[in-house]
Amino acid sequence: MLVKTIFSGFGGQGVLMMGISLANSAMNKGYHVTYLPAYGAEMRGGTANCTVAVSDEEIASPIASEPGCLVVMNSPSLLTFQNKVSEGGTIFINSSIIDMRPNRNDVKTICVPCTDMAQELGNTRVANIIMMGAFIRELNVVSPEIYLKSLESIMGSRKKALAEINRKAFAAGFDYIKD
Amino acid sequence: MSGNNVIGEAAIRAGCRFYAGYPITPQNELTEYMAEHMRTAEGGVFLQSESEIAAINMIAGASATGVRVMTSSSSPGISLKQEGISSMAACELPGIIVNIMRGGPGLGNIRPSQGDYFQATRGGGHGDYRTIVIAPDTCQELADLTMDAFDLADKYRTPVMILADGMMGQMMEPVIFKKPKPRQYPEKFMLRGAGTGKSKFIRGLLLDPIDSEAHNWKLARKYQVISENETLFEEHRVDDAELVIVAYGTAARIAKGAIKRLRSQGMNIGLFRPITLWPFPEAKLRTLSAKVKNFLVFEMSTGQMLEDVRLALQGYANIDFHGRPGGSVPTPSELANVVARIYNKKDL
Repeated sequence: MLVKTIFSGFGGQGVLMMGISLANSAMNKGYHVTYLPAYGAEMRGGTANCTVAVSDEEIASPIASEPGCLVVMNSPSLLTFQNKVSEGGTIFINSSIIDMRPNRNDVKTICVPCTDMAQELGNTRVANIIMMGAFIRELNVVSPEIYLKSLESIMGSRKKALAEINRKAFAAGFDYIKD
Repeated sequence: MSGNNVIGEAAIRAGCRFYAGYPITPQNELTEYMAEHMRTAEGGVFLQSESEIAAINMIAGASATGVRVMTSSSSPGISLKQEGISSMAACELPGIIVNIMRGGPGLGNIRPSQGDYFQATRGGGHGDYRTIVIAPDTCQELADLTMDAFDLADKYRTPVMILADGMMGQMMEPVIFKKPKPRQYPEKFMLRGAGTGKSKFIRGLLLDPIDSEAHNWKLARKYQVISENETLFEEHRVDDAELVIVAYGTAARIAKGAIKRLRSQGMNIGLFRPITLWPFPEAKLRTLSAKVKNFLVFEMSTGQMLEDVRLALQGYANIDFHGRPGGSVPTPSELANVVARIYNKKDL
């Protein structure tokens, strides 16, 4: 098994956190993982993306030629990466702010209005975690329990207050796919 | 952990107690890690210096007192450190210099690159000297070899360079830290105040050419011993290979991805990965050329290690080259296409 995923969006959308949380939870489950970030010099704005590889054997290259999954949080990311996704792959789209849809019919498209859903929860910053809920539900690489536990340990004690809303956000994304 | 943090943690565990550095992307996480963790290491000193030149001279001074030392930077900053590295080699001071390479020349850009191979393996600074250069390709190897680098630096009393790039520095992989060996460094080389004993003297200025020549030959003999005993390399699926890719660091990871792909298409491709770039494992590569006749050197540069491969193979095998300089990182499928074309053209 080898799953390579590119997460991409604006800097500040928590795109790197999505990748780090997936990589950590997969590591905690005992998989081989690599996490490779690429971002501009800006703190916010600009672009950010990262590539996460999860495998049950040693990972040769941390760079993805043809990722099986793509998670895009803004429109430029969809344009940049949609044609890299392998045939039969899956593209997750933040449909709250992306009106476009992929120009391919050989991939599965999953639209999650995660920014709107985050607003309903009262904090737009958890849009990324809502998307992760949908991602974990669809891909089933790790259990929700392992994911949430890993997420809390990455966030650390400073952000304990966020743990509760993160859990709600994750559940919202997870259930969005179930329905 | 990210590669940058792995180097920092491995260094502290190996007993590094003096770190000086000046920020530069893409190695900032290492300086940041040392700032946070040197405080809690017993006797640890972290210094953000006013410049790269100050940092290398600070570690030279600290090394003379017998402390394990490290500095780090990225390509343009490493250029600034060269005078100090030359001085450390002359004074036979152990120390670790980490270069997380970025695109060059000049200020270049902040993306991963391998353009500093010549600078690293040819000494970099002025004078007849060498630095041991180690180029890991996983975070685990960064951990293990950073620890080993301190032992090598002590053993030969010479600066050792860890040569990685922006991708190795920022990539995260799980890591298990091994137990470091206890340090063995003779007290006679440490300057700690003469007290009532005989005073000691460490210097790189030898005005009398007779002394200077003798010192140069002494260093040369040391480098000879190093090149005979300290080469490291990895051979990956070379047993039945018709074509072998020669690559190090990040390029080797890309090559491994390409090889997986090409093998599944029935092409017998292997990888020879030098881990020490100086000393270059040329004898081993030459041995391999007895059964493999086609090599492809792959670097994120315009072709630097290529020259060492040519020297090693001395015309006994065909050598092709694929390079992506200036901060471009090729994908495994790009390399696979290049390899497949060569493989088919040669009718292997």
